[in-house]
Amino acid sequence: MLLKSLKILVLILPFNLFGSTVLEPGVSSEFDVNKMIMHHIKDAHEFHIMDINGHPISFPLPIILWTENGLVTFLSSEFDHDDSGVKVVSRKNQQFVKYHEKIFYASEFSSGSYISYSQEGEVLNKKPFDLSITKMVFSMFISMLLLVLIFVSTAKSYSNSVKGIPTGLSKFTEPLILFIKDEVALPMIGKKNYKKYMPFLLTLFFFIWINNVMGLIPFFPFSANLSGNIAFTLVLATITFVITSLVANKDYWKHIFWMPGIPVPMKLFLAPIEFLGIFIKPISLMIRLFANISAGHIIILSLISLIFIFKTIWLAPASLFFSVFISLIEVLVVAIQAYIFTMLSALYIGSAIEEHEH
Amino acid sequence: MSLIIFLETVMNFKAFAAIGAGLAAVGAGIGIGKIGGAAMEAMARQPEMQGKLQGSAIVLIAFVEAVALFAVVVALISE
Repeated sequence: MLLKSLKILVLILPFNLFGSTVLEPGVSSEFDVNKMIMHHIKDAHEFHIMDINGHPISFPLPIILWTENGLVTFLSSEFDHDDSGVKVVSRKNQQFVKYHEKIFYASEFSSGSYISYSQEGEVLNKKPFDLSITKMVFSMFISMLLLVLIFVSTAKSYSNSVKGIPTGLSKFTEPLILFIKDEVALPMIGKKNYKKYMPFLLTLFFFIWINNVMGLIPFFPFSANLSGNIAFTLVLATITFVITSLVANKDYWKHIFWMPGIPVPMKLFLAPIEFLGIFIKPISLMIRLFANISAGHIIILSLISLIFIFKTIWLAPASLFFSVFISLIEVLVVAIQAYIFTMLSALYIGSAIEEHEH
Repeated sequence: MSLIIFLETVMNFKAFAAIGAGLAAVGAGIGIGKIGGAAMEAMARQPEMQGKLQGSAIVLIAFVEAVALFAVVVALISE
């Protein structure tokens, strides 16, 4: 009785408005927003550019695998845009399939693909060690190239200039470098030591910023969600963590494990919390950048997808207006996120080398 | 136990992820609003401090926002 009334209640409540539970038969070929957005957010083995009449056009990227028989390389175009484990590529007596953007060794052909599943639906196929130049790696190479070009020409422009007056590209980069120096390094780290950390902070700021901006440009060699990739932010946060831990002085560790000036029971209580804090700081750095940039990409794509959800061209002006509006906000947000990552890194380093007087 | 299975089959648990993300947005909104209001007031009282106040307000907003984004990430994972 209770169950029945609950069932009715549940059916009345509009819970299934939120999800995609109500799938009518025969609409499986319909536009799937979730899938499209996740496809964009995640890494891929080919750089998808556009679809023409349902046929995908993409830029092939090299696949580099370390397998049981040694190194194997081929272009991702050999998979023919297949991502469901159907198309097999053979190299060195081994068969490879691509399934959900991961490369597997092909197993026996069953139920439409060369992928075999366990009872829980997990993939049982073995994986080779994947060193491929994926979309993210490709995007990072471009950003590194751009950074080298920008800063080499900045450095050169100073050697040509009279009395160190900025000319050319350094008119653009000098204020930013001075901003990092005056607003980030000097107040956070201090006059005595800031010079040692300036290269790291500048690299961090410009690298994150250029990748963020490249993610916002919506056409081919750009638009990869690199700084919204958790591996990317993980590495940057880890570098900050390692530097903080290595340069930390006696006082820093003392304030974590046996902080002065409070009673012993309190010290015993606070030490584990402070110890966890060492790791939570870089983790929060990692999640903040990852979530902010991914969220930006998801919002813009969702707004554009509104046209396809409502299936009317008349919604396009509104959708376009909102996505341009959010894009403009994102230009601000990506700069602020690069600044905040740099600033917090400087703050953590500064707190590790701070000298106390007591 | 059967109730949970029943709920899982009838209801869409994705909805809760959406509600969670929404609640996180409410919390972050309150937090950022308070910081923004206080920073604005402080700037009006002492316009010469504007640069410093703006900088620290942005950093504080980033801290508040991070907590909300943790919730969004959890919602994304759980859906």
